[in-house]
Amino acid sequence: MTIVAIVAAVLLVSAAALTAYRVLAGPSTLDRVVGIDSLVAITASGLAVWAAFSNDGTVLPGIVALALVGFLGSAAVTRYRVRDDR
Amino acid sequence: MNWFEAALRWLSYVLILLGAAFALTAALGIVRFPDTLSRMHAATKPQVVGLILILLGAAIQLRGHGNVWMLVLVGLFTLLTAPAVAHLIGRTAYREQRGRDGLLVINELGDDGEE
Repeated sequence: MTIVAIVAAVLLVSAAALTAYRVLAGPSTLDRVVGIDSLVAITASGLAVWAAFSNDGTVLPGIVALALVGFLGSAAVTRYRVRDDR
Repeated sequence: MNWFEAALRWLSYVLILLGAAFALTAALGIVRFPDTLSRMHAATKPQVVGLILILLGAAIQLRGHGNVWMLVLVGLFTLLTAPAVAHLIGRTAYREQRGRDGLLVINELGDDGEE
């Protein structure tokens, strides 16, 4: 059980690090929005894994809120952002 | 029913590991792919599959708790909102980055058909 939790945590953390590289280095705003959206999904996955392995359902409303707020943020930034000067 | 509990536990382990592997694959795609449209492809499809596999595994582990239905809610929200965000991003990226016109066979958003 502990080994499975550690392996899942390592996979998710490396995924988050790679996505954070894209968020920081992305040439346009849209790449950053894509990265942030993916980062929100990775965070929700990590919270679900933590809830599963600690056998504790307290963070489940947090996962719901995170999914909704992540959607709102991505949609708002894509809709109302300023066009890049390229 | 001891073997049944053990089987459920191993099933949830396999689902969680598979979902984490899908998340890593999506991150690799986001880093390696050349432009926004293909990055958006990597960020929506494998990411959503990985999230739903992890939610299934967590729901199997957490069965018996009062608010496991919230995991189902998260899965439904993600299935509803990921295509909406992908549509918005894809439309904006297509309008602004016209580098792929030669790759498209049918160009339904094309302005005048001839470049």
